[in-house]
Amino acid sequence: MQSTAAVPMSASVITTGGSGARSGAARRPGRIRVCWLRGEALACPSLRISQEPARRAVARAAAASNGAVAGSGGFDYDLVIIGAGVGGHGAALHAVEEGLKTAIIEGDVVGGTCVNRGCVPSKALLAVSGRMRELHDEHHMKSLGLQVSSPGYDRQAVADHANNLASKIRSNLTNSMNALGVDILTGVGTIVGKQKVRYGKVGFPDKEITARNIIIATGSVPFVPKGIEIDGKTVFTSDHALKLESVPDWIAIVGSGYIGLEFSDVYTALGSEVTFVEALDQLMPGFDPEIAKLAQRVLINPRKIDYHTGVFASKITPAKDGKPVLIELIDAKTKEHKETLEVDAALIATGRAPFTKGLGLENINVVTQRGFVPVDERMQVMDADGNVVPDLYCIGDANGKLMLAHAASAQGISVVEQISGRDHVLNHLSIPAACFTHPEISMVGLTEPQAREKADKEGFEINVVKTSFKANTKALAENGADGLAKLIYRRDTGEILGVHILGLHAADLIHEASNAIALGTCVQDIKFAVHAHPTLSEVLDELFKSAKLQPRGVQDSKPNQPPQPLLKVLSFITSLFSSQK
Amino acid sequence: MAASPAPFSLSASTVPARLRAAVAPAAAARGRQRRGRMVVRAKIREIFMPALSSTMTEGKIVSWTATEGDRVSKGDAVVVVESDKADMDVETFYDGIVAAVLVPAGESAPVGAPIALLAESEEEVSLAVAKAQELAKVGQPQQAPPPSADVAGTPPPPPPRPAEAPVVVPAPVVAGTKGIATPQAKKLAKQHRVDLAKVTVTGPFGRITPADVEAAAGIQPKPKVAPAAAAPPPPVAAPSVGAVPQAAVLPPVPGAIVVPFTTMQAAVSKNMVESLAVPAFRVGYPILTNKLDELYEKVKSKGVTMTVLLAKAAAMALAQHPVVNSSCKDGKSFTYNSNINIAVAVAIDGGLITPVLQDADKLDIYLLSQNWKDLVKKARAKQLQPNEYSSGTFTLSNLGMFGVDRFDAILPPGQGAIMAVGASKPTVVTDKDGFFSVKSKMQVNVTADHRIVYGADLAAFLQTFAKVIEDPDSLTL
Repeated sequence: MQSTAAVPMSASVITTGGSGARSGAARRPGRIRVCWLRGEALACPSLRISQEPARRAVARAAAASNGAVAGSGGFDYDLVIIGAGVGGHGAALHAVEEGLKTAIIEGDVVGGTCVNRGCVPSKALLAVSGRMRELHDEHHMKSLGLQVSSPGYDRQAVADHANNLASKIRSNLTNSMNALGVDILTGVGTIVGKQKVRYGKVGFPDKEITARNIIIATGSVPFVPKGIEIDGKTVFTSDHALKLESVPDWIAIVGSGYIGLEFSDVYTALGSEVTFVEALDQLMPGFDPEIAKLAQRVLINPRKIDYHTGVFASKITPAKDGKPVLIELIDAKTKEHKETLEVDAALIATGRAPFTKGLGLENINVVTQRGFVPVDERMQVMDADGNVVPDLYCIGDANGKLMLAHAASAQGISVVEQISGRDHVLNHLSIPAACFTHPEISMVGLTEPQAREKADKEGFEINVVKTSFKANTKALAENGADGLAKLIYRRDTGEILGVHILGLHAADLIHEASNAIALGTCVQDIKFAVHAHPTLSEVLDELFKSAKLQPRGVQDSKPNQPPQPLLKVLSFITSLFSSQK
Repeated sequence: MAASPAPFSLSASTVPARLRAAVAPAAAARGRQRRGRMVVRAKIREIFMPALSSTMTEGKIVSWTATEGDRVSKGDAVVVVESDKADMDVETFYDGIVAAVLVPAGESAPVGAPIALLAESEEEVSLAVAKAQELAKVGQPQQAPPPSADVAGTPPPPPPRPAEAPVVVPAPVVAGTKGIATPQAKKLAKQHRVDLAKVTVTGPFGRITPADVEAAAGIQPKPKVAPAAAAPPPPVAAPSVGAVPQAAVLPPVPGAIVVPFTTMQAAVSKNMVESLAVPAFRVGYPILTNKLDELYEKVKSKGVTMTVLLAKAAAMALAQHPVVNSSCKDGKSFTYNSNINIAVAVAIDGGLITPVLQDADKLDIYLLSQNWKDLVKKARAKQLQPNEYSSGTFTLSNLGMFGVDRFDAILPPGQGAIMAVGASKPTVVTDKDGFFSVKSKMQVNVTADHRIVYGADLAAFLQTFAKVIEDPDSLTL
């Protein structure tokens, strides 16, 4: 539980998202891809506002029409979005683009988790940690011919950098919505009935508005398991950690998913020692096993980190009365007490829980599942009887399909497409994910075990090819040759099923693969695309070029008996995974 | 990297297997005789754990690509080995049949240890299996023949290593540890083969820190050069109190002997270097001791020592000047200590330790004397508990018994002040009316942390201290 919550829905995404995309594609061939791409381009606010006069005109027109009631058919708004996080923001911008009169309700601060307590400030901390790490790596510096004497840091200044970045992005977001004429309504939104929302101070929702469509985009909060006492000083969640009020000598991080891993990078770079507590038998459970293994070699073993796997933190007591933070560990299976850790601080990174209380879902007969709002593949909310609630959608962490900021935004754009009369189903398998450690980890699509399972079920064969950053000129020039890129594809059609990268700037490299998946580009086509030399992107170039397809004609000749060498490779790979328990 | 499993060739060597009947004469020619019996060998080869990197000491078998009974030919990958760096496919040098797997997948073996047996032909398979069973009976076969054997089980460093030289862990002070060590401390302990149970603990909450492990391993914080591997000679004259040989950057004079620090010496060295971060200053004060000497003569028979009298006097003065008993932990605040614990520097064989007289202001001199006797006994036996040598709030160092007339002490970390007491000597003094007389006079010199203790504070403290010493009746109260 503790870390699985970090990517809770990944398994279901694969099945529902995957098949959903296919059925959508069958209905309207070609349509979906175009919409998706357009959405991607438009999600960038600055591009729209400043650079293209034509676009600006559209935006102005939209802003002007936002004041008119005419288009709304008696409703106050065409679209009301509850929650101004990244998901709500993406949806609002696209809605204005489509000429919808739009309002967004926010009870806290614009930007939501991502901008204020998540991705954005953590990137500021990671930017610092990456540099600290390099400066402290004497060997690395020496091999570049650089001399640096005892680099240090000012904790408050680092914290300020993170805070300033968050404020800046927050105001950018607010400005972009104001400029387009999206009404920002302050207060907590509650659905009081069909197409009706009330908002205002908590407990006093005094203003009521009607909307043709409603999007729930209320996001999530850090999940804290039972028995853990948060004091915000010595036992805390990412919300507190991002303020960097202290750098403890020794910190335990409960959960080794994206959040835990990124914080381990920050803390070890700033001088802390880290102990991971992971409920599953392996660290980094959401990742492709091979990537996780390499990540352990690169990101865990050489650092001041140790770990306990297969254990729950059943009780965590903050430091008080001269005692350190106490963490009781019990065996994840037998529930027997194993050990008590004494550390200076504990960061709870056991995933995130949906923030859906007080939405008034009971008024429209919707029952949440573990707090998540049930939705279908088009993000339409399902009621307790399994029927679609008309004109009501839920995007982002609140529906739990894929808890990533950019996934929320993509879902929001998909919903606006549907509202505007164009059917659209988002292919979740084309949504990349990244972990901003040093080096970074990124992925899109299926992991190797997931791909094998799918291949077995659907009766096709897959191939896996890999390239190392060691062979890349730019990586070697940067002295950052630790890394691996891995491609999983169908042997017969060349369809890309998954790409996983660990290495320098992996988070930026993944998009070539995610775009290929979104557009349906196959390896045999993308391998002719040209990459500038010398760049890190050549890692993917080499990866695509090394992919070999089943020769035409040989196809299906011996489906049950692959040639001898292949059998060897397969048995080796499967044994590799079976031995990793 | 696992990315491109570089084929790695195995070091396989021909190993003689015992055989009663004569088989191939060619093979017999190679055999050596043992136990005076007529023995002929067949070609059964061992597959060894290869050294995949310069730092690899053992490898884990990820999986066997070939299973028992498989026929393999030269260049085939037979096994995937995980080293400290990567997974690698390992190829065989010879054709043959995998007869027996000695180390199954998931287990580890030291570099050079046999991990499987390769038989040249079908007939030899059974022999190989028998040999495998024999090997299993012998237990972990750890030394393996040729090439990689030298590497087996030993880390790479300098080849000439007499005995188990570098890791000297005398553990002068048995630490009351709960066995909690930080992640890096554990890693260092493994790397330097330090027994965590024998490390002197200095971390908070009785925790073993990386510095503790490094101290135990005899590593100085700054120069990362491994301690010289010269065989430790019989103990040279122990360094005198407080004299810590500075790590000279210059190369040693030829013929010089390098003796690594003991744990205690390493700790002293560390503390001394740390003191450089503290802005210290010194204030001296002359004190007449005739009355103190008289008192000492009186109470000597009751087991009271001069050390205890001085400690008591200091404690009484500290009670009136709490700032001198405080410390500065973070450079931003005063930490006022609730107790007055006087640490007294004591020279012991091969080092220096500071047993602590706790609550010296509250206990009377007889009780303190009793405690002092116990502490000294324990210190000599190296049995002091951490709280008995590290809980001091003020330190007293007395070299008067050697005839030293004045000296200057270095401030220990975590304390606000240290007092250096010289010998009391007959001196001609003039009183305020201009009359000369000969009185015993001693020079005390206090070093203090100027971040918290200022000149006037220290002067006032010394004045009080001098009053107590010059009118010592209050000491016996």
